[in-house]
Amino acid sequence: MSQAAILFRDVNFSADGLHILKNITGSFTEGKITTLVGPSGAGKSTLFKLCNGLRSPNSGEILIKGKPIEAYDPVELRRNVGIALQSATMVKGSVLENLELPLTLQGKKIDIDFAKELLHDVGLAGDLLERNAKDLSGGQKQKLSIARTLVNKPKVLLLDEITSSLDRVSQHDIEELIEKINEKYGTTMIWITHNLDQALRIGHFTWVMMNGELIESGDSSLLKDPKDKRVQDFVKGEIE
Amino acid sequence: MSYLTLSLTLIFVLIPLILSRTLKLGLEKDTLIATVRSIIQLLAVGYVLQYVFEVDNIIFIVLMILLMIGAATQNARKKGASIQGITWKLVVTFVFIEVLTQSILLGFQIVPPTPQYIIPISGMVIGNSMVLGILFLNRFTAEVENRQDETELILTLGGTPKQAIHTQLITSIKASTIPTIESQKTIGLVQLPGMMSGQIIAGADPVQAVQFQLLILFLLLTTAVVTSILLGYLSYPTLFNKRMQFLKLKS
Repeated sequence: MSQAAILFRDVNFSADGLHILKNITGSFTEGKITTLVGPSGAGKSTLFKLCNGLRSPNSGEILIKGKPIEAYDPVELRRNVGIALQSATMVKGSVLENLELPLTLQGKKIDIDFAKELLHDVGLAGDLLERNAKDLSGGQKQKLSIARTLVNKPKVLLLDEITSSLDRVSQHDIEELIEKINEKYGTTMIWITHNLDQALRIGHFTWVMMNGELIESGDSSLLKDPKDKRVQDFVKGEIE
Repeated sequence: MSYLTLSLTLIFVLIPLILSRTLKLGLEKDTLIATVRSIIQLLAVGYVLQYVFEVDNIIFIVLMILLMIGAATQNARKKGASIQGITWKLVVTFVFIEVLTQSILLGFQIVPPTPQYIIPISGMVIGNSMVLGILFLNRFTAEVENRQDETELILTLGGTPKQAIHTQLITSIKASTIPTIESQKTIGLVQLPGMMSGQIIAGADPVQAVQFQLLILFLLLTTAVVTSILLGYLSYPTLFNKRMQFLKLKS
């Protein structure tokens, strides 16, 4: 049986007086793609920040590969649990400077051939390297953000609505890329998506979150026949 | 200057008062308060300084400097209220800059170790340090607020807090020190500095007045740069916790 890449035990998280995550218990299976679906404000992005060590739970336990998250050095943890955010924030500078940022932070330089290969993998042309990152379109920034996260070669990849601003063809390219990385390197993928078809298409497993709670989890096919009434309403599009 | 002549200078207060009244600017109350406060404060300082100079006792000099540091801290802390522990950070900065500058001035015998030199120079150093501190804190808190995404991005990629805040820190240090550096480029061309003008009016040799002014200018250059850097490096660690998580500024 596969080990849990990330395991949650009764995790609670509050901020600014709001109870954002409520008694989350569950796991993300190592080497598999798990999609995270649910209406806006369900706490999905916050859950990612907890996995990446950007926030700490108020109570409960998070185990990464069987070890409490607090036992990891934060820098090592974040290099191993990469996160690509929906905002696709760019720092001032060229595409190359943004792409090699994870290495710059370690005092290293990126190999240009590797940089071009990464851009190609995410569907960007290699000649974009010298372009100012701020001049890229929303979709191009999103792709660059994914490529940048891959530079650290993380064991777990957290993807926060990374295809929401992409056209259908680019969405398909990214889905293929994520599946390829997952198969080739056995990288555990956790993917927040609002697109239920996408969740069914690429996810091995699915978590459905609502209002800070994990309502249902299991094989992605659960989205076709959910047990919980709230999930049934969500799948029908009656809860946004 | 006789008291009669001094009282005639109030004409310069009457002009803005009359203009404010005529044009309904509503500045009369603030102008009067400012005038009364400046008269009381400066006269009080004048008498205190006269006493301290006569007594020539190190304790009084230290007390005067501590008073300046206290007042400067009180004034500047409001701008950095969102940074945890800003009061002691400002105190450390002002004490450090005062010790550094006085050590160089007195250690190399650039000025004699008398209250007539130590106190006014300390006033200029601490006063400028306070202004620089306010400029820095203003910019730094704005940079931190506006660039939270960048800070978190660098943390998510495995950067340290220092790397995550580096751009914001450097931008704020530069922005706060540039006015001092720029004003020194045009000094003497556009305006004569206050201290030098005062000395010349009081009958001092202009060349000697210029020499002292240069001393003060260079001193303030150090004050500006050291204040911003020190305050920056004392402030940024409080924006993160031990788990290298970015904490919001206090609201």
